[in-house]
Amino acid sequence: MNDALDDDLMDALRIPSADAEADAASAARLAALHTRLERAAAAEGLDEVAYREIDSPYGSLLLAATPAGLVRVAFAREDHDRVLASLAEKLSPRILRSPARTDGAAHQLDEYFAGRRRSFELPLDLRLTAGFRRAVVEHLPRIPFGSTESYAEVALATGSPKAVRAVGTACATNPLPIVVPCHRVVRADGTIGQYLGGTEAKTALLAFEGARPRD
Amino acid sequence: MTERAGLGIQPFEVIVQRHGPTVLRVCRAIVGVDDADDAWSETFLAALRGYPELDRDANVEAWLVTIAHRRCVDLIRARVRRAVPMDEIADRPAPLQNGPLGDLDLLRAVAGLPERQRQAVAYHHLVGLPHDEVARVIGGTSAAARKAASDGVRALRARLGATGTSRGETR
Repeated sequence: MNDALDDDLMDALRIPSADAEADAASAARLAALHTRLERAAAAEGLDEVAYREIDSPYGSLLLAATPAGLVRVAFAREDHDRVLASLAEKLSPRILRSPARTDGAAHQLDEYFAGRRRSFELPLDLRLTAGFRRAVVEHLPRIPFGSTESYAEVALATGSPKAVRAVGTACATNPLPIVVPCHRVVRADGTIGQYLGGTEAKTALLAFEGARPRD
Repeated sequence: MTERAGLGIQPFEVIVQRHGPTVLRVCRAIVGVDDADDAWSETFLAALRGYPELDRDANVEAWLVTIAHRRCVDLIRARVRRAVPMDEIADRPAPLQNGPLGDLDLLRAVAGLPERQRQAVAYHHLVGLPHDEVARVIGGTSAAARKAASDGVRALRARLGATGTSRGETR
């Protein structure tokens, strides 16, 4: 018995084996256990927020859903970890990476990006927006694929013609970008306006939809 | 060890990612490799249930170990009711093999220790909980937890040394 053996034993207890094969086996085991946890949590209704990330032409998108429906879509530039931390505060800390609940949203977004879908038919949970902002968010899906409205037009359509600036705020805080098409709201002078996913993404989305520039 | 205190509660997924591997090692050491998956699953499901009520300044790792400890105790009791002796489980499926000390071999050796030594070694050495935290989980005094951990390590050293399997000797 010697000190070197003792140190080795301590290290071995504290630090899992660095063996790559063992690491891969552990990772696979943990992945299987995670899937089991997702199922058990869903069976007990404990997955109050279930999320996944998908690839899109505009970068990685976070899709988060409650049992009521899709509650948040976030661009990578919003920082998915920050968005999830904010959902833990605002909705529930019972948040799991669990793709099953957002299968429908992921599928419809894939169809949209592939040019096979022009509007979304998904249960939406709008609890992250309220009051006038919510009225704006509820109006936006009525702007058809390929069209745009100005902030002033949206203000008029929601019954508050003077609330042009508030429409801008509502679009900038839309919890469900792309699915709720705030990218179709542009400035009256034809300039693009701000966008959660960046103005480049907004320009690209409008070009993809074939929206005619306003002048 | 406190989990980013003051920054608000983390999404539960962060807890699973951060502590899942350690909890699996603990479960393997306490109930053996065969039952560890059940112990891990029950631990995280129970943790998810109680998570919203967890004090935001709590030591999350110690909290998870406490839950895992209770789940493991339950599993071992259920196994006793099925009349499968602990020794048999711990020694299964194979004795320590020659060659570099495999992680599973080591965890099997820990699982072969008497109960309190097994718990003290796992919670102190695998997780890194201080002896007083370990005592809070398993009961008894901090000094008793320290003694159980050191007796456990001595027994492991004897066992691993006797079979000629240590990293020290293969260098």
